Amino acid sequence: MTAEHVSTEHVTTEETLRSRMLGVVADWSSDQRSFKSASWGKAMMWIFLVSDTFVFSCFLISYMTVRMSTTVEWPHPSEIFALDIGGKKIPLILIAIMTFDLITSSGTMAMAVNFAYARERRKAAILMLVTAFFGAAFVGMQAFEWSKLIHEGVRPWGNPFGAAQFGSSFFMITGFHGFHVSVGVIFLLIIARAVWRGDYDVGRRGFFTSRKGRYEIVEIMGLYWHFVDLVWVFIFAFFYLW
Amino acid sequence: MTAMTDNTTHSHAPVAQAAQPAAQAHGQQHPIKLYLLVWGLLFVLSACSYLVDYFDVQGYLRWFLIVVFMLLKAGLIVAVFMHMAWERLALVVAILAPPMAVLVLMAMMAWEGEYTNYLRAFFFGA
Repeated sequence: MTAEHVSTEHVTTEETLRSRMLGVVADWSSDQRSFKSASWGKAMMWIFLVSDTFVFSCFLISYMTVRMSTTVEWPHPSEIFALDIGGKKIPLILIAIMTFDLITSSGTMAMAVNFAYARERRKAAILMLVTAFFGAAFVGMQAFEWSKLIHEGVRPWGNPFGAAQFGSSFFMITGFHGFHVSVGVIFLLIIARAVWRGDYDVGRRGFFTSRKGRYEIVEIMGLYWHFVDLVWVFIFAFFYLW
Repeated sequence: MTAMTDNTTHSHAPVAQAAQPAAQAHGQQHPIKLYLLVWGLLFVLSACSYLVDYFDVQGYLRWFLIVVFMLLKAGLIVAVFMHMAWERLALVVAILAPPMAVLVLMAMMAWEGEYTNYLRAFFFGA
């Protein structure tokens, strides 16, 4: 035992940060593939998600810019998104329910990935369908929210509550996010069907790619789904709570 | 010692040794219990950020709490649900470093927004 070993605090792994950084250099300079533990499919999904991160960041930053630069008072999301339940006005309750709904769908998705790798395809497919159900419920609640606001006179160019930019930011950000959720639901249904039929056990070729798939597609699908949940975390914080 | 080299699934350990990795895809399988724990934590953190609004906390404390709960939730989702905690550092760096540029844009646009607000107040007298 050298002194170095003794001083390492996280004793669960022998890797030090230095050797891990050397690993980064070795991976990137290895003249073959940089992402050793990720298949091309997973790496491509990650890279797509990075680009999507920039899209949503631009939306949120433009929202920040218009909110900071307007001299008109910004509408209070807490009051606008309140609902009357049993005669009591509860602030932001619909958004809270949507948040819990999406988190729940992320939980079921994570478990679906687990069962897919365990080759328990029925359980995996059912959990993916549950995930799709929660996703569809989220989109439904968003449609309710949109129609409520439109009914109250919120438009992309103005609204009765305050700064005109509120409407354009709201429709742009939540609309783009809702579109992502909708695409995710469709994606989930397609993969769930393939898992249920056992396509990845018998090596059936995909209708679109004409290639044999692997159970890893469930994890890749999961990456997309968790990302949609991740974006909502930021929208919830910056648009609804700020 | 042979068990050390065989960690395709089940294990929480990194896939391969840092400097000399095996070039192969692997399955991310972790205990369901961990997912349920994270699920529960996300519920609690969401409830906390909702309570910030419910009890109408205002000022810097509000912003601080919102950002803290937001970052904790984002961290849990990325690390556990998206398995970032078990990926090799080369992928982690490639994914997490570029979005840092967003912070620069945010700082620039905050500056710009403040300036526009000042001009509007100055010339149009809000």
